Amino acid sequence: MIHVEDLSKYYGDFCAVDKISFDIEKGGIMGLLGPNGAGKTTTLRMLTGYFRPSSGTIRIKDYSIDDEILAIKKLIGYLPESAPLYHNMLVYDYLKYISDIRGLDKDKSRRRIWELVDLCSLDQIMHKSIDELSKGLKQRVGLAHAMMDDPEILVLDEPTSGLDPNQIVEIRDIIKEIGKEKTVILSTHILSEAEATCDRLVIINKGKIVADDTTKALKQRADEEYTLHLLIKQANRVEAEKCLTGITGVKQIQGNEIPKDNTVSLRLTCSSQHDSRADVYAAIKKTDWDLLEFYRETESLENIFRELTTEV
Amino acid sequence: MQIINIAKKELKDYFISPIAYIVISIFLLLIGWFFFSTFFLMHQANMRNFFNLLPPIFSFVIPAVTMRLFSEEINVGSYETLLTLPVTFNDIIIGKFLAGVLFIGAMLLSTITYPVIISLLGDLDWGPVIGGYLGGLLLGAAFTAIGIFASSLTRNQIIAFIIGTVICFGLTLVNNMLFLFPDFMLKTIAYFGATTHFENIAKGIVDSRDILYFFSVMIIGLYGANLAMQEKN
Repeated sequence: MIHVEDLSKYYGDFCAVDKISFDIEKGGIMGLLGPNGAGKTTTLRMLTGYFRPSSGTIRIKDYSIDDEILAIKKLIGYLPESAPLYHNMLVYDYLKYISDIRGLDKDKSRRRIWELVDLCSLDQIMHKSIDELSKGLKQRVGLAHAMMDDPEILVLDEPTSGLDPNQIVEIRDIIKEIGKEKTVILSTHILSEAEATCDRLVIINKGKIVADDTTKALKQRADEEYTLHLLIKQANRVEAEKCLTGITGVKQIQGNEIPKDNTVSLRLTCSSQHDSRADVYAAIKKTDWDLLEFYRETESLENIFRELTTEV
Repeated sequence: MQIINIAKKELKDYFISPIAYIVISIFLLLIGWFFFSTFFLMHQANMRNFFNLLPPIFSFVIPAVTMRLFSEEINVGSYETLLTLPVTFNDIIIGKFLAGVLFIGAMLLSTITYPVIISLLGDLDWGPVIGGYLGGLLLGAAFTAIGIFASSLTRNQIIAFIIGTVICFGLTLVNNMLFLFPDFMLKTIAYFGATTHFENIAKGIVDSRDILYFFSVMIIGLYGANLAMQEKN
């Protein structure tokens, strides 16, 4: 559906996107992940035809972005970061204007606007001026704007940034719903969000793709190791470390003494192949220390993300 | 079709916000004051002085009308939304231009009471009046194109206004500044002045050369805006 090859974008001498290539099949939600300034927005802007690539090709369906940009723009619904809409227009007027530009006829436009009002729950704000809306409401109007023509491809640039937790869940549900039939590309730097919504993740750093896989595969990669966290009273670090070394599966122990409370905090890095929790507990039970905390850190993509996007 | 959608939206914007009413009031106040303060002393039922006032007043009223057309969009960010809709650069530019010209048309139309009143006072020759309005519209359209070009250069509306005003005033005043230029350039430089071309039409003489001049300015201004847009992506 979407074919991107050797795509680069330079701002003067600065290389924002450096020869990235990927293919996207029809259907599903793809997440574009990366730290701030990694080139997410620039990539999306090139996909949607706002920026012209410095080099490389983008083909969407059978259209090339150089020759048939108008056809491509018709296929794509795009919500730019922080939803920059005409702030002096009323929500209804704005949606009507977009439906006119998108070429919907009168009947269809009416039907579609009401569908979107339902989908994005805009019924309370149709008569309000866009500059009166809160960020979350504006984002919803922006989402309606992007979906006006029922586009085959929906591109969303940080759709949940600046929203409150309830709104994030709402928007996420809407996106998931759309992702069942359409192709959705969204960018974010919130990992839990990417994990929860996307089928496939492309992680970019400094304009380059550093990982491109299904969310499941990436998570498995992240799950090769897990971390146990312990807090023990009445013990000292050396003894505690000695007590726990040699347990099967425990690869590394990191101890930290907190003299004020007479406690030791320990981080055990364990291999996923073996569940060492029972053994660790058994070893502690033999001593006369007080076990205050014992939990497995829920590690998700965070580690892998940090690994891929920070410089060593 | 897209041109009409965009023009409609921009025109609506003018009349929904207070801009239209403020600009039209200022325009009527200025031109009414300057025109009628000498009109009754002259004892002549003609509109020549009215039309002579148009170029200098348009020089700063029109950039004030057009300054927001691109600068505001670039500043707010809606420029990005607009460009990712299925529209071409030319749709956008011509749509906005059309809205500007229609606005100037409405502004000129609001002075139509002057010739009506004057025709009641004396024997008004309608030929030059019609020519004057036609010339006014052409002049307004040319200045609108310049204003749009200025607006496409910057995200700051005040800078857009100043650039537009400087160019429009330049074209208005060049005919009065001819003494500054050497002899051999006079004819060429004089051709650049908007005032003489406008005055020709306002006398009721519709010459293809004058019309060509205004259309050239429009095309150059709009083409400049197109280049500025291309430069941005």
